Amino acid sequence: MELASCDVLVVGGGGAGLRAAIAVAEADPSLRVAVVSKVYPMRSHTVSAEGGAAAVVKPGDSLDAHAYDTISGGDWLPDQDAVEAFVREAPREMLNLEHWGCPWSRDPDGSVAVRAFGGMKVERTWFAADKTGFHMLHTLFQTSLRYEGIRRFDECFATRLLVDDGRCQGLVAIELCTGRVLGITARAVILCTGGCGKVFAFTTNAAIKNGDGMALAYRAGAPLKDMEFVQYHPTGLPFTGILITEAARSEGGYLLNKDGYRYLQDYDLGKPQPKPVLRSMELGPRDRLSQAFVKEQEKGRTLKGPYGDYVHLDVRHLGEQLIDRKLPFVRELCLKYENVDPVKELIAVRPVAHYMMGGVSTDSNGATPLPGLYAAGECACVSINGANRLGSNSLPELLVFGARAGRSAAEFAARQRTPGSAVSSQAVDEEHRLQDLLGKRGGKERIATLRTEMQQAMEKSAGIYRTQASLEQGAAVLGRLSERYPDLALDDRSQTFNTELTSALELGYMLELARAIVASALWRKESRGSHQRTDFPKRDDQGYLSHSLTYRAEDAAPRVEALPVSITRWPPGERVYGR
Amino acid sequence: MSPHTTFHPKWYRPRVSVWWWLEKRPYRLFVLREISSVFVALVAFVTLLQVRAVKQGPDAYARFLEWLGTPAVLAVNALAFAFVLLHAVTWFNLAPKAMSLRLRGKKVPDAVVAASNYAGWIVASAIVAYFLLRD
Amino acid sequence: MPEAVTLVVTRYRPEQEHEPTTQRFEVPFRKEWVVLDALNYVKDQLDGSLSFRWSCRMGVCGSCGMMVNGEPKLTCGAFLGDFLPGPIRVEPLRFFPVIRDLIVDIGDFLRKLKRVKPWLVRSQEKPLAEGEYRQTPDQLDAYKPFSMCINCLLCYSACPIYGLEPSFVGPAAIALAQRYNLDNRDQGSRDRHEILSGKGGIWECTFVGQCSEVCPKHVDPARAIQQYKLTAAMHWLMPWAGGSR
Repeated sequence: MELASCDVLVVGGGGAGLRAAIAVAEADPSLRVAVVSKVYPMRSHTVSAEGGAAAVVKPGDSLDAHAYDTISGGDWLPDQDAVEAFVREAPREMLNLEHWGCPWSRDPDGSVAVRAFGGMKVERTWFAADKTGFHMLHTLFQTSLRYEGIRRFDECFATRLLVDDGRCQGLVAIELCTGRVLGITARAVILCTGGCGKVFAFTTNAAIKNGDGMALAYRAGAPLKDMEFVQYHPTGLPFTGILITEAARSEGGYLLNKDGYRYLQDYDLGKPQPKPVLRSMELGPRDRLSQAFVKEQEKGRTLKGPYGDYVHLDVRHLGEQLIDRKLPFVRELCLKYENVDPVKELIAVRPVAHYMMGGVSTDSNGATPLPGLYAAGECACVSINGANRLGSNSLPELLVFGARAGRSAAEFAARQRTPGSAVSSQAVDEEHRLQDLLGKRGGKERIATLRTEMQQAMEKSAGIYRTQASLEQGAAVLGRLSERYPDLALDDRSQTFNTELTSALELGYMLELARAIVASALWRKESRGSHQRTDFPKRDDQGYLSHSLTYRAEDAAPRVEALPVSITRWPPGERVYGR
Repeated sequence: MSPHTTFHPKWYRPRVSVWWWLEKRPYRLFVLREISSVFVALVAFVTLLQVRAVKQGPDAYARFLEWLGTPAVLAVNALAFAFVLLHAVTWFNLAPKAMSLRLRGKKVPDAVVAASNYAGWIVASAIVAYFLLRD
Repeated sequence: MPEAVTLVVTRYRPEQEHEPTTQRFEVPFRKEWVVLDALNYVKDQLDGSLSFRWSCRMGVCGSCGMMVNGEPKLTCGAFLGDFLPGPIRVEPLRFFPVIRDLIVDIGDFLRKLKRVKPWLVRSQEKPLAEGEYRQTPDQLDAYKPFSMCINCLLCYSACPIYGLEPSFVGPAAIALAQRYNLDNRDQGSRDRHEILSGKGGIWECTFVGQCSEVCPKHVDPARAIQQYKLTAAMHWLMPWAGGSR
């Protein structure tokens, strides 16, 4: 077994991970930072974010306004102290990224441009054409190359966190190109591994979004927070699930049902105007728009396609010039994958699973209840997004909480002793477990079969609308899949870049997380934001103005507890759009 | 990355054949384009011979013109002319890539830069033709 | 439309063989399917040991570059229908060492990328309190195409110089260097000059031009290289002129 050591270990090389690594390197250049990622950092899923990143920067806007939009957008589940810190630091982080070279789109006078976005009362979304995540990730990656103190372990697949003496002291990972198992000890670990959208059948998420870090933390005893809140993005392409950015709507696109009718007006989202009105109609929050689609579907007013029902997104009235300037990637994607030119034709879209509001429970400094373990980005839940995330809040979240987690992990690490030998023997045990998995003969289940059954079960039982019955059925199916999981058959026995082994491990992570999602959805007997229960259709602040905390139980259903929401200045109110 | 992985002996490193340029049309065209520079040099050389012949007097010049008219020399010169044309056309089409011209803040399109090269070529040829053919 | 199409896929298992071999797979034909979908079908249903990289399947992460019928392509954007009737040859990206099956090592590119200093270099930082560096839309357009590079490395596979000359820094790295050179906020042209105009730099390029042809993001690295040749030549002729740009 190969042993390496560092002071702060960042797992995941996306926006949050790279920002955290740079934050550690800047906070304390004497610390050795390592970034472990199962893909090269520029392949991380941050790269596919399109629309933009919100931060208060224009006159006429205020931190309180951004905070209120975020809190009400999250249906009063966000922790308000964390939101206040978030909106305060977002402009600084975004400016910092600009200073690192990020090519933000500009106004004619050379200042950074902002645009409207769903659920926001004021225009505050910074953007880089419609490839904001791409530009942010590449800026962060290229900037990180400057820091000699950051050591990267590219294409190393983390399989287990090392916990000893009550604190997290490193992890075990497979170095994919050789198959060697590495034990990397550290004095603090920051998980930045993203969400787990691949537990669902239709998703905007890439293949790599399997919730690795969430599952590792969960298995190490850290609780997951708010797992029942899954965001469905209203406009994904049918079949591929490819994301069509919210910016298409914020620039003025309409959502039309099969009769060419702007159906959102029937769902308390305002009256249709020719130009986009903030916090109204197509610029409403994502959960309400996705729910409207399901209602239209029930009424038989959606179109039927070979890959499911869909509605139309109409941007023809925006004109070719605007589309090429502000939405060029949307045009490219539609032409390529749907053979449709948005300048002249309607785009077929449907809600697809997109973002996990839930994740590893952290405080506003990125610290989990397990000392030495931190988390930031989509894999963490602080929570600033609550029951529904507003578009363009997740990219600044990566920067703000990546930096905060980096700084607090650096400070923690500087105060710790170096990991002892107990941790190395744990690592050796894990190596043996992996070798056994690789060498196991027999087995009759195929990975793809179990994975597809899991995804279909999640889509049916824990989709946009849930009931006690659908969730219980989902739990039962997932339970049976978990029993079949040890019986997996592997075709690939090679040590060199064995992607079948990693797919099997990823499936294991996803099954655990799927069960956590269903368990917390069963626990929350109310409807709030993106968690809608037809058997409990109202929001219940008396009983459920709290987060769900889901703990793993060996050989039993996950245990769910409540964690009260932190309310500072905005008492729970009615969530109003379009009025 | 650790030294063990950087130059791992088991990675397969295929050798590139010296005939790589035959594989694809764009590569073959590229090699022809590069060879054309030899013919450009040849044309320049023949022109120098012509200048020398003029200097040596009317008899030498007449012999030179006769030599130019022989089938072998004619064939070579015809081939050279074809290659010079290829050279000029590919040069004009590719030149805009090296020149990033901005007029009043906006980029001048490649087609405009190339077109102005062609225009200059036509004008220069017209002038030369005028002087050669007037009589 | 046919019912099925054949893929001829390169296999390389270093523990078992010294050289790559090929394997034929018959996959269903669907008009929405891209080569990546076909490869995933093989892995899911036919042979789980087939190894390849992929992630976003929308042409922005750069993971899934492979040779399809001899041309470097992003397999997530290469529709099966464009290659009918088949068989379709799928091979690892050319000019890179092959680790396994369709997976190549890109370490050489990453080392060369770091050497061109692809970050904003400032002789003096502007304090955050003073706001953003001003950059008009026209100034952004000056370098924007070069900033679109997804590091998919198709250009390296199309470049015969990269295949023949191991020191060549390559199209994407040079394009990214130019992306910063042309950014009005950057002051680091001098820092990049040596690696760009030294051995393995722009002068290795003979403008074959295939890099720009195969680039799926229209970055046009050939333009970046030729532009820099002009800049470097001017700098050599008149070293006093030009300042930091």
